[in-house]
Amino acid sequence: SDISILSLQIRFILLQNRQGKTRLAKYYVPLEESEKHKVEYEVHRLVVNRDSKFTNFVEFRTHKVIYRRYAGLFFSLCVDITDNELAYLECIHLFVEILDHFFSNVCELDLVFNFHKVYLILDEFILAGELQETSKRAIIERMSELEKLE
Amino acid sequence: MNSIFSGTRLRDMIRSIRACKTAAEERGVVRKECADIRASINENDPHDRHRNLAKLMFIHMLGYPTHFGQMECLKLIASPGFPEKRIGYLGLMLLLDERQEVLMLVTNSLKQDLNHTNQYVVGLALCALGNICSAEMARDLAPEVERLIQFRDPNIRKKAALCSTRIVRKVPDLAENFINAASSLLKEKHHGVLITGVQLCYELCTINDEALEYFRKKCTEGLIKTLKDITNSAYQPEYDVAGITDPFLHIRLLKLLRVLGHGDADASDLMTDILAQVATKTESNKNAGNAVLYECVETIMAIEDTSSLRVLAINILGRFLSNRDNNIRYVALNMLMKAIAFDDQAVQRHRVTILECVKDPDASIRKRALELVSLLVNENNVKQLTKELIDYLEISDEDFKEDLSAKICSIVEKFSLEKIWYIDQMLKVLSEAGKFVKDDVWHALIVVISNASELHGYTVRALYKAVLTYSEQETLVRVAIWCIGEYGDLLVNNVGMLGIEDPITVTESDAVDVVEDAITRHNSDMTTKAMALVALLKLSSRFPSISERIKDTIVKQKGSLLLEMQQRAIEFNSIVDRHKNIRSSLVERMPVLDEATFNVRRAGSLPASVSTMAKPSVSIPNGVAAAPLVDLLDLGSDDIMAAPSSSGADFLQDLLGVDLGSSSVQSGATPGPKAGADLLMDILSIGTPSPAQNNTSSVDLLSTAGINNNPSNALDTLSSPALPHIATTASAGGMFDLLDGLTPSPSKEATNGPAYPPIVAYESSTLKIEFTFSKSSGNPQETNVQATFINLSPNTFTYFIFQAAVPKFLQLHLDPASSNTLPASGNITQNLRVTNSQHGKKSLVMRMRIGYKVNGKDVLEEGQINNFPRGL
Repeated sequence: SDISILSLQIRFILLQNRQGKTRLAKYYVPLEESEKHKVEYEVHRLVVNRDSKFTNFVEFRTHKVIYRRYAGLFFSLCVDITDNELAYLECIHLFVEILDHFFSNVCELDLVFNFHKVYLILDEFILAGELQETSKRAIIERMSELEKLE
Repeated sequence: MNSIFSGTRLRDMIRSIRACKTAAEERGVVRKECADIRASINENDPHDRHRNLAKLMFIHMLGYPTHFGQMECLKLIASPGFPEKRIGYLGLMLLLDERQEVLMLVTNSLKQDLNHTNQYVVGLALCALGNICSAEMARDLAPEVERLIQFRDPNIRKKAALCSTRIVRKVPDLAENFINAASSLLKEKHHGVLITGVQLCYELCTINDEALEYFRKKCTEGLIKTLKDITNSAYQPEYDVAGITDPFLHIRLLKLLRVLGHGDADASDLMTDILAQVATKTESNKNAGNAVLYECVETIMAIEDTSSLRVLAINILGRFLSNRDNNIRYVALNMLMKAIAFDDQAVQRHRVTILECVKDPDASIRKRALELVSLLVNENNVKQLTKELIDYLEISDEDFKEDLSAKICSIVEKFSLEKIWYIDQMLKVLSEAGKFVKDDVWHALIVVISNASELHGYTVRALYKAVLTYSEQETLVRVAIWCIGEYGDLLVNNVGMLGIEDPITVTESDAVDVVEDAITRHNSDMTTKAMALVALLKLSSRFPSISERIKDTIVKQKGSLLLEMQQRAIEFNSIVDRHKNIRSSLVERMPVLDEATFNVRRAGSLPASVSTMAKPSVSIPNGVAAAPLVDLLDLGSDDIMAAPSSSGADFLQDLLGVDLGSSSVQSGATPGPKAGADLLMDILSIGTPSPAQNNTSSVDLLSTAGINNNPSNALDTLSSPALPHIATTASAGGMFDLLDGLTPSPSKEATNGPAYPPIVAYESSTLKIEFTFSKSSGNPQETNVQATFINLSPNTFTYFIFQAAVPKFLQLHLDPASSNTLPASGNITQNLRVTNSQHGKKSLVMRMRIGYKVNGKDVLEEGQINNFPRGL
């Protein structure tokens, strides 16, 4: 049986609003700036038009994108075609919960004016395209430790 | 970053950018800010560096270039303070990636920071390294990172573990160094460290066989225990998601166990209990639980066989199919397609649910379900499944009808048990979705009908009834017309009634009504109308009592604005009018169409040319198709030249008199002969092949022979090769004269003539590439290249990709390759199309690059191909 056992990781994470503005873009694979812009454009087009009755997974080039919309923001993860979609949906949800806690009822503007903090939070959650911590409490605690150092 | 200075100024900039109403305005603001930042950078004041970089990062996120800020990142990273380092590393990760040379300059700072006394600084360095390091940096700093895996602080251990994951991805050779450290992580209690440790081990196992062996032997039991503990653990609020303690950890553990169990019976054996436990105990009412179950199913499928576990797994998938959440249904369908390979029986049990999914509102679920259903069809269930699918066809969405009808047709054709069942199903599909049915499908139907002589009566009656109700389905109408034309006499006389049929009364007039409708209906296309005319000709012979009426209809078409109709009408009218004596033989029942040949031709798009034609018979008795059947078939195929995608179906088109696709005036690149007129001429073996232009008026073919009222003379004259050539519409090229044995006009295949010799485009010690060439007809600038890649080494190449670049005067199109895996001493092929706008002046030239993985390493080979044959 040929189950392909591949190196699986997240390739990039995008937060985009309905107009296609990128609020966060983290790439775990190397891409040229122009390629990144193309990717962001394509992903936005893919997810923004999908009816809510469709699945949260969409094929993207040779990979797939798992996405979910929270209010006006689309959270998209690009992963390997064979990877567990449902797991990444949980991943997205956990990230949103962390943001929500950290910013107390997060809204898009919070993410705009505090973009650097959003990256810091992300970097405590995911590293090298893999999960670093699964406890929301642990991440929030870590963030407050770090804030004290500023 | 929270100091009053930078906070305010950064916020101000963000505000003013957001206040811009147009893109131009925004560009203006950004330009000014960048100018300020540049000036500040030049002053080299460390005070503002922090804020400047923050602003640059925001500007970068808007999509503007910010290269000039890269050095600032380096300076900040080299600063002593934590806030500076922090923003410096953040900027580094955002503004740079591993391919940039500038990154190398950071290596030293990284090394120092990895050894820093402040563990938060160590964390920063590990994070940056883990996210963007290059292979070189990975190699340089690996020892540091390895050491940090066993650091006292769990935050550092986590980061070091994941950083190591990246390192071994970049430099697989280093994998061995991390085995021990990684295995120690598996004993951790801290969830974060544990999950990162599991991920590191997974990575090591996939890239290094020794690591795999090691972990399999030493760690499998420990991992199973860990999974057991966490599955059975009490409620832990910190990690709980929908009643499951740390589903992420569950999933990662299951993934690792999958790798360890795959291909190893002992390891697989050890895990069956825990897998069964997870499979049966996990709550599946929320996504988290289902995510775990999904991973569990994947693992069960991947490890060595225990059929009871597999059945369990497939049952889980079956339950997923009924889940309200369409995400769950989707993943279940995907997995079931893989599962069929293992256990068709188990999947069969869920056939009903899968069939329900064909009706799902979500299009991607419908598609997958349809795929799956077609994989499940066998002789036992085909009738039931077909019925269900056809029932659904009636109510399905328009945009799904095409896929669905195509699938039904392919299932019906593949499993066609009895001819009558096949015909019945096809008629239903044509009635519901005829307009989506492709040509080769309804051609095949006609072939089958023609071969089922005992069903001719039944079929024509069924078609008649159907077409009364579904007259807007074009393909149905065409098939009906053909059958009514052929078997009209059976229709009106209720010949060959089967026990299941109710008698119907169809008069000759009724039958002709149907055919006439097809001509006069405004939305009929050319093919249908032309076929209808042919049918009328046949009926004029079969229904002598209303021959006058039919003649009137034909005559009316003489004034048709469509040239094809006009011509046919004139010629047929002439036959009806003046040549009644041979008419009946002309339109005698068609000989049975040869199924075998048709299938062969259809299966492999045959090159249309047949190199030798059948020897003609000199004497032609009475115009009947005296030539053996195979001649007729060869006839048809020889005449087909134009479309590169010609298939065997084209010959059938000719026999049906339908090929009206192109009315190209050029000779040599012409489609088959048109219409009944040409067909008649073929049967009679008259007419000279002449690639003539659309010359003289559509002359009555028989009257050119100068025959007046002497029928028998007509035949004699017909057999003379001295007949002036007959005007046809442009397709004259390809007309045959069986008598003279003239060769057909050169087919397009012949234009391939000046053979361009194949070349060895590239050769190294590991790889050889050969190109073979062919030209497509009609466009000398276009060349089709088939590239063959040959693996000369004893190792398998994976992720094989061929890339090519050409100068501006060439256009290149690449088809997907036959495969991305090139086994040792094996080969794969890929088709290319090159269009040379300087054909004749400049030769082809190409730069190419090949990328592949061998033994975990990435390999790149490049070259330039200068030895294309001239004249391409």
